[in-house]
Parts: sequence; C-alpha cells; structure tokens
Amino acid sequence: MSLELVVSDIVAGLFLGASFALIAVGYSMVYGILRLINFAHGDFYMVAAFISYTILGAVTVGTKVDWGNVVWVGVVTMLAGGVLAVAVAKLVYSPMRRAATLSLMIAALGVSQILENGVLNIPSWGSNYLPFPVTPPSAGFTVATVHYTWTQVGIIGIAVVLMGGAYWIVNHTMVGTAMRAVAQDRTAAMLMGIKTDRIISIVFFIGGGLAGAAAIMMSLYYGEINYLMGFSIGLQAFTAAVLGGIGNVAGAALGGLLLGVLESVGTGIFGAQWALLFAFGALVLTLWLRPRGLLGERVGQRV
Amino acid sequence: MTLLQLNELTVYYGPVRGIAGVSLEVEEGEVVALLGANGAGKSTVLKALSGLVRPLSGTISYDGRDLRSIRAHDRVRLGLVQVPEGRRIFPALTVEENLELAGFGFGDPRAKRRSRVEEVLERFPLLQPHVGKLAGMLSGGEQQILAIGRAMMAGPRLLMVDEPSLGLAPQMVEYVYELLEGIARQGTAVLLVEQNVTLAFEISRRAYVLQQGRVVLSGASADLEDDPRVVAAYLGTDRGDGDRLASETADP
Repeated sequence: MSLELVVSDIVAGLFLGASFALIAVGYSMVYGILRLINFAHGDFYMVAAFISYTILGAVTVGTKVDWGNVVWVGVVTMLAGGVLAVAVAKLVYSPMRRAATLSLMIAALGVSQILENGVLNIPSWGSNYLPFPVTPPSAGFTVATVHYTWTQVGIIGIAVVLMGGAYWIVNHTMVGTAMRAVAQDRTAAMLMGIKTDRIISIVFFIGGGLAGAAAIMMSLYYGEINYLMGFSIGLQAFTAAVLGGIGNVAGAALGGLLLGVLESVGTGIFGAQWALLFAFGALVLTLWLRPRGLLGERVGQRV
Repeated sequence: MTLLQLNELTVYYGPVRGIAGVSLEVEEGEVVALLGANGAGKSTVLKALSGLVRPLSGTISYDGRDLRSIRAHDRVRLGLVQVPEGRRIFPALTVEENLELAGFGFGDPRAKRRSRVEEVLERFPLLQPHVGKLAGMLSGGEQQILAIGRAMMAGPRLLMVDEPSLGLAPQMVEYVYELLEGIARQGTAVLLVEQNVTLAFEISRRAYVLQQGRVVLSGASADLEDDPRVVAAYLGTDRGDGDRLASETADP
C-alpha cells in the first residue's frame, strides 16, 4: 500500500473522525453531568439530518449548492438538534432524576426507538435512503494523486471550531464552571444557588447542537440520509467518547478523530466490511487496557 | 424578630421517618444549636430547610414567607444557605472557582462576584495561598473553611452548618468555630448541627435536642449545658423514655 493512500486514508479518517468527535462531545458532556449513557444521542443526529434535508430541499433550486442557504440551514439544524435534545431531557430524563442509572439507560434506548420509528412513519421521510438535496462541488486540490475537496477541509475546520467552542464554554466560562460543579455534586451545586436543571438543559442543548452540526455536514458529504443513520454513528461516537475518556470534552474530540483515522486506515487495508470491527475492537481494548480513556485521568473533571 | 419558624415539620424517606413534628425557631442574628445522636434527624431538618427533601406535613416560615413552594436554589438567594455535612466542596474546581460559583445563579455582574470573592478571601486568609489549587487538594480543615467561605459568598441571613467539626484536628476545630463566631457577631443567624455538645453550647444561645426525629429538649444553652437529660439523649440511656415519648405522640 502506497504512502499517498495511507495519507489519504488518514485525511479521510480525520474527516470521518470529525463527525464522530462532534457527536462524541455531546455524548460525553451528557454523561459527565448525568452519568447517563444517552443512547438516543445518535438519533438526535439522525432527526437533525432529516430536518436539514427538508428545509434545504424546500429552499434549493436544482442541485447547485448555495452556500448561503447551507449556512443558515446549518444554524437552524443545530438549533433544532439542541431543542430536540432539551425536549427529551425535560420530558423523559428529568422526571426520572431519582431513578437508577440503568433505568435511565433503558429509557434512552426507548427514546432512540421512538425517534427512529417516528421518522420511519413520517410519510415523506420513511425508510428509503433519501438523496440529500444538494451536492457539494468537487473543487479542491490534489496532493500526490489524491484529491481533497474544499468542502472536506471546511467541514473539518468547522468541526474543530465548534468543538473548541464547547471546550471553551466548559472550561473557561462560569456556565461551564457550573456544569463541572453539577457534574461533581449536583446537590451541593443546588445548595450554592445553581439552577441545576437549567445547567443540565444547556448541556443537552450544546450536545444536540453539535449533533445537528455533524448531521448537516455528513449528509452533505455522503449525499444521502436514512432513519437508521444515527444508530451506528451513535455507537461509534460512544466508543470515541470512551476512548478519549468519557465526560471529558477534549478527550471526546481526540477519541473521535483517532477512531476515525483508525477506521479509515483499517478499512483501507482490510476492506470496508471491517470498519465496525475496528471501532468496537478499540472500545474493548480501551476498556481492557485503560478504562478511564486516554485523557480520563482527571477524575471529577467530568463534563 | 423571628427569622425562621418550623412548625410541626414531619419528613419521611419513603417509609422511614426522618423527623416527626419538629418545631423550632431562630431569631434574626441568633446562634441556635441542633443537637442529637447520629440518626436523630438533625441533618433532615437542614435538608428540609434547604429544600432537598419535601416535608410530609408542617410548615416552614422564613422571613415571613412560606418556603414550601420555593425551590432549593431560590432559597439560597433568599439568604438561607447551608454548609452541608462532609463539606461537599467541588474537589475538581479550584478554590477560586468554588467561591465564584456560589451565587453565580443570582445573575449578578461578574465584577460584583469578583469583589465578593476578594472579600471572602480577605476574611478567610487561610484560603489565600490556595486560590488556584484544586479544592480536592486542600486539607480537611481547609476544605471546611472553603465550604464556609463558599456559603458566605451567597450572602446568608441564616447560615446552616452541618457538623463543621467532623473529622478535623482539634486546632482546626477551634479555628473553624472562631470563624463561625465571627460570622454570627456580624449579625448572621447560625443554625448549627453538631455532635460535639461542648462546642455547640459554647457558641449557641439556645439549643434543641433531637432524639429519634423529635425535639425532646430545648432551651437556653446555658441551662441545657448541665442538664443530664442531654447526655441521656445522646447515649440513649433512657431509651425506654424516648420510646415512650415517641409512642405517646405517634402519628395515627
């Protein structure tokens, strides 16, 4: 296998990893604050993709990309993802705040089923693979016979900026300090006058928003969407979060990028049918060798 | 003026009784001790006051207000602030973050929060060398001081302190009590839960003794200090009597 191909696999892996990472950050933040493995998180991504599909389809003439449209639909999709996540938190998780973690996890699986089957049963969405209304141009640059598009570069760039933003909020703002406090001791935070429910909602909103961003980016790139698209990517994002050290924003981002590269290079060598094997092999190895994840040493720093 | 008044407060944890028919009062600026053996219901009273548990019956009136419909974080804003048992500082936040966070929910501008942090640090000089450290790295005594300082950030009118001497070296206990005395001298009412009776009587004007979720004794600390029934309530030597007391007024 040539070096160019490996390099191109790594770049493709970073691209794939950026989407894992965006979703993993939300996964990780929610876990940090509620100790909840929110299996519905991948479905926030899926629903957001359908929302962007519908809006973008309505405003697009032909298949030519109008970046202005893509940008505002992207923002709307992020907001929609955030609102959906908050709604699920308020309607399902919040009433269960005294329930056991396992009950919450099962509820999350239930939400996942509801969202998937809900989308399946909406007539214009349904079970088919739907072609995304716009196709990004293939313009870009070529390095050593491998072509990279500007869209890819842009997507990685935006993902990095968004994750940087999430990291900044968590670690350098008072709201973020409150998130970390709630993650460490929710009761004590309440006793200090923190509106813990609101802080939890903000975490869900950010997580859902990042999933929304990943949704429009990936839909744009792969060109099709489907009601089950959140399932596998959700598991991979979960793996990425564990790999990086769940509860830790930087860890989730790193885990996502690493996992993307690992899968991409692995499938480059062994074939696409092995992709998930790499993901879950990484999960098993992490749990075996370093259960707290790559950046998980700062226990208590969760969120 | 009466700042806090509990009337026949009863709290259950599922089927388990926490407190039953507890009535007590705290005057503005007064130091009141809440005594009793482990499991007597002292912390339950504080939890009910802070809104962490919902009473089954009874009323809590604070500053003339019925607290029942006021949520935990809003009670802090009213000046009803608790230093919980075991300190419960945020171990992975810095000392400074711990302080600044308390009262963040009040919506004050950052400059005002910062100046309050400075005030608290001035008042608790032991914290000064540690501002940038993670709170979890502090000694037990320093953590207790941080917990009190954090509560002061919220501007309490009634400071509830749960077992501040627990697990501290004697010297540190003395220091912590001096801090509490200073806070009380400046007009903040203190409701102190303490197992160390001697300390509690020293600092408080009045005291209530809880046994099995009920107030079995109350009065001026100076009078209770020598009352053998206090010791009995702690050691449970008159358990028969306590049981009788409990069954006489047991809920139907």
